[in-house]
Amino acid sequence: MTIHLLALIQDAAPTVVPADTAWMLTSTALVLLMTPALGFFYGGLVRSKNSLNTMMMSYVALGAVGVIWALAAYSLAFAAGSPWIGSLSNAWLSGVTAEAKGTIPHVLFMAFQGTFAIITAALISGAIVERMRFGPYVIFLVVWTLLVYAPVAHWVWGGGWAGTLGVLDFAGGTVVHINAGVSALVAAAVIGPRKDFGRQAILPHNVPFALLGAGLLWFGWFGFNGGSALAANGSAATAFTNTFLAPMATMLVWAGLDYLRTGHATAVGGATGIVVGLVAITPAAGFVSPMGALALGALAAFPSYFAMVIRSRTRLDDSLDVFAGHGIGGLTGALLTGVFALKTWGGTDGLLAGNPRQFGIQAIGAFSTFIYAGVMTFVILKVMGALMQLRAQPKFEGLGMDVTQHGEEAYANAEGSILVLPESEHAPATAQAMAPQVAR
Amino acid sequence: MKLIIAIIRPDRLNDVLEALYRAEVRGLTVSRVMGHGGETERVENYRGTTVKMGLQEKVRLEIGVSESFVNVTVKAILASARTGDVGDGKVFVLDVEQVHRIRTAERDEAAVTPAVPVAR
Repeated sequence: MTIHLLALIQDAAPTVVPADTAWMLTSTALVLLMTPALGFFYGGLVRSKNSLNTMMMSYVALGAVGVIWALAAYSLAFAAGSPWIGSLSNAWLSGVTAEAKGTIPHVLFMAFQGTFAIITAALISGAIVERMRFGPYVIFLVVWTLLVYAPVAHWVWGGGWAGTLGVLDFAGGTVVHINAGVSALVAAAVIGPRKDFGRQAILPHNVPFALLGAGLLWFGWFGFNGGSALAANGSAATAFTNTFLAPMATMLVWAGLDYLRTGHATAVGGATGIVVGLVAITPAAGFVSPMGALALGALAAFPSYFAMVIRSRTRLDDSLDVFAGHGIGGLTGALLTGVFALKTWGGTDGLLAGNPRQFGIQAIGAFSTFIYAGVMTFVILKVMGALMQLRAQPKFEGLGMDVTQHGEEAYANAEGSILVLPESEHAPATAQAMAPQVAR
Repeated sequence: MKLIIAIIRPDRLNDVLEALYRAEVRGLTVSRVMGHGGETERVENYRGTTVKMGLQEKVRLEIGVSESFVNVTVKAILASARTGDVGDGKVFVLDVEQVHRIRTAERDEAAVTPAVPVAR
């Protein structure tokens, strides 16, 4: 992405190209759909009493992260500034108009990048579901977007040091997935395990939701990777096709590993395999050949699969395995980009094409993000923890986060419920009179 | 022999089952029920509709025990199901006229004595 962006910025008189604009409008809508899709993926994997809360943790990012993106985070990520962070010259969207940035309108570029910020923040929620209070979670999303997402996006895509160094990150293996995965790992450790974790079986309440979510994520991911070419061109087609191929290989290998280990190819495993494949191809999408994508997808199944097996034997309650899926998957993808990248397919030659240096550059980008995101998330949550209570009380955790955080149930049963009528003198009296009868 | 019926909070079920297991009480039936124990009603909102949830989800345990197990069972439930808030539930102990074990046609005390585990 950086390469295209820099090349495009250097164009003497940028003009809006209609074909590119049409594809980027489509891509932006596709990527936005990924956040609700993630809500379904995560929501299906938790217990029914926490399903609304879990889905809302994704959906609320559409509001909280989207607004802070427009107000300040976009500028910090993409306005010209130091190698470390952008300036505030585009804050409040000043200067973000329908004028061309590259070959698409600047407003569209801002919106497209905004959808990335939203899903990245929402990804973290999988590590702290079923126990973190909703209010502090929303505050965390906003602070994290400003202090972690925006700088890292600037490093790699906004003209910062990583982009200058030559780190290849087509659509966000480092910026999105390593970033969110590591932050999730730290968040799970700071917030602590669920009260039932390791004591009783905590099972997914709706596996079809998880499959639906994985399917919609894949659909949206065509915009995520294909759109990261920022144009309707060959690079977009390469990224699109690689996004089509890599998860297929990952899902097959994942099912095979599942079969060998448990004797069954599980549905939850199928959904997870798709997501891990999508994560892994993200940094490589526009830089590797289609056959390279198949190989990358197949290889990417192993580290994440075994990271999940090992994680579930520890006391670390990264509830929906965000670190194993996105952290390890993103790391695998970022490093394998350095192996499979080919100049002929739009990248810089990688290890297999005789350029081991690219592998080292990939490692520097990945590990810097790893450390920065980990340290910053720890600091943010510790400071927040000193100011407010981050976790729900065990009693409320037991009752379920849907009822205690949102006053709703996913599968409400109206039996025995009393309708409270607005502004009616009789309503409270009726309700009170009915209560003892109900008790029988 | 007695029939012990306990109405408890769903989120205490695992603790109660664990306590009963430790007390060596074997053989019980669990059902999900709705009920009201005088606790404050939960208020939920769905768009413009505000609703007081009069009935709460509860879990009902039925355990047939011989006389010597009555106190053990009741104590285990009381200790494990308690949160201290209104709505923790009740334990009822009822006399039972007859008990038959279907598999062996054993009667009464013999029917509620746990089957001897088959040596493996």
